[in-house]
Amino acid sequence: MVPISYYLVLSAILFCLGVAGFLLKRNIITIFMSIELMLNAVNLSFVAFSAELHALSGNIFVFFVMVVAAAEAAVGLAIIIEVFRTRDTLNVDKVNLLKL
Amino acid sequence: MLHQILFFIFASVAVAAAINLLLQKHPINSALSLIVVMGALAVLYLLLGAEFVAAVQLIVYAGAIMVLFVFVIMLLNAGLEERTPGSAVATLIGVPGVAALVGLCVFVFARTRIRGAAGYSIGDFHVSTQDIGRLLFRDYLLPFEVTSVLVLIGIMGAVVLAKREDAGPTDRSPEITAEAPRPESQQPAERTHA
Repeated sequence: MVPISYYLVLSAILFCLGVAGFLLKRNIITIFMSIELMLNAVNLSFVAFSAELHALSGNIFVFFVMVVAAAEAAVGLAIIIEVFRTRDTLNVDKVNLLKL
Repeated sequence: MLHQILFFIFASVAVAAAINLLLQKHPINSALSLIVVMGALAVLYLLLGAEFVAAVQLIVYAGAIMVLFVFVIMLLNAGLEERTPGSAVATLIGVPGVAALVGLCVFVFARTRIRGAAGYSIGDFHVSTQDIGRLLFRDYLLPFEVTSVLVLIGIMGAVVLAKREDAGPTDRSPEITAEAPRPESQQPAERTHA
């Protein structure tokens, strides 16, 4: 038997590692993957609460989060491709102006 | 007991792969670490009785979304991460800040007690795909339809953003054709001058 707090602690650790990646990494693709890691951590806490409270809604919300993540990945990666075409770099420190 | 062993194995795999995501310099290694995290999380979803979510996690996340990431990394030929003066400052401030955040979250969540819930064992709660479908298409029908609109907009946004500029008539193409003959007209003038 595993208490729900274990799952929540794991979720918190994964979320904080995602925050760390977002803050520390300089590559825009890796930053994007850190956001996906944060979304996954939130999904884990949704499923853990769903199992603990015997409520199905948590699973439905995970489904919606996945749909939003898929749409976000498609649009975000298209933006990354466009940024790379115009700037020839993936380093976020060099992408600090909206104007070329 | 089995539940605890499986939980600790796959929780440590997930955390180790997430740390590896941070430590790797090349984006393709980070992407592969993220796939390991997603696989470990799928096993944890199975332990929590959410078999549909576990399958969708593997198919949509580890399959579709990560293929998109790996594809973009290969398309852009992304190399090793460059270090800049900004990254030193980010490390200096970010690492203690994130450590404090982890400590705070773990302190709060480790003390979480839910009324009338002692803990979760394998088989306590099982979410069948039938139940999910019934709930999704009856109680959550409107949000489901709204997400379909969201995905449609996402498709159109991705196509518009990733489309090449010279694929169709754009504002920039007349400028290029107008500017292109100019060097040719200047070159004969320079030759005669020389």
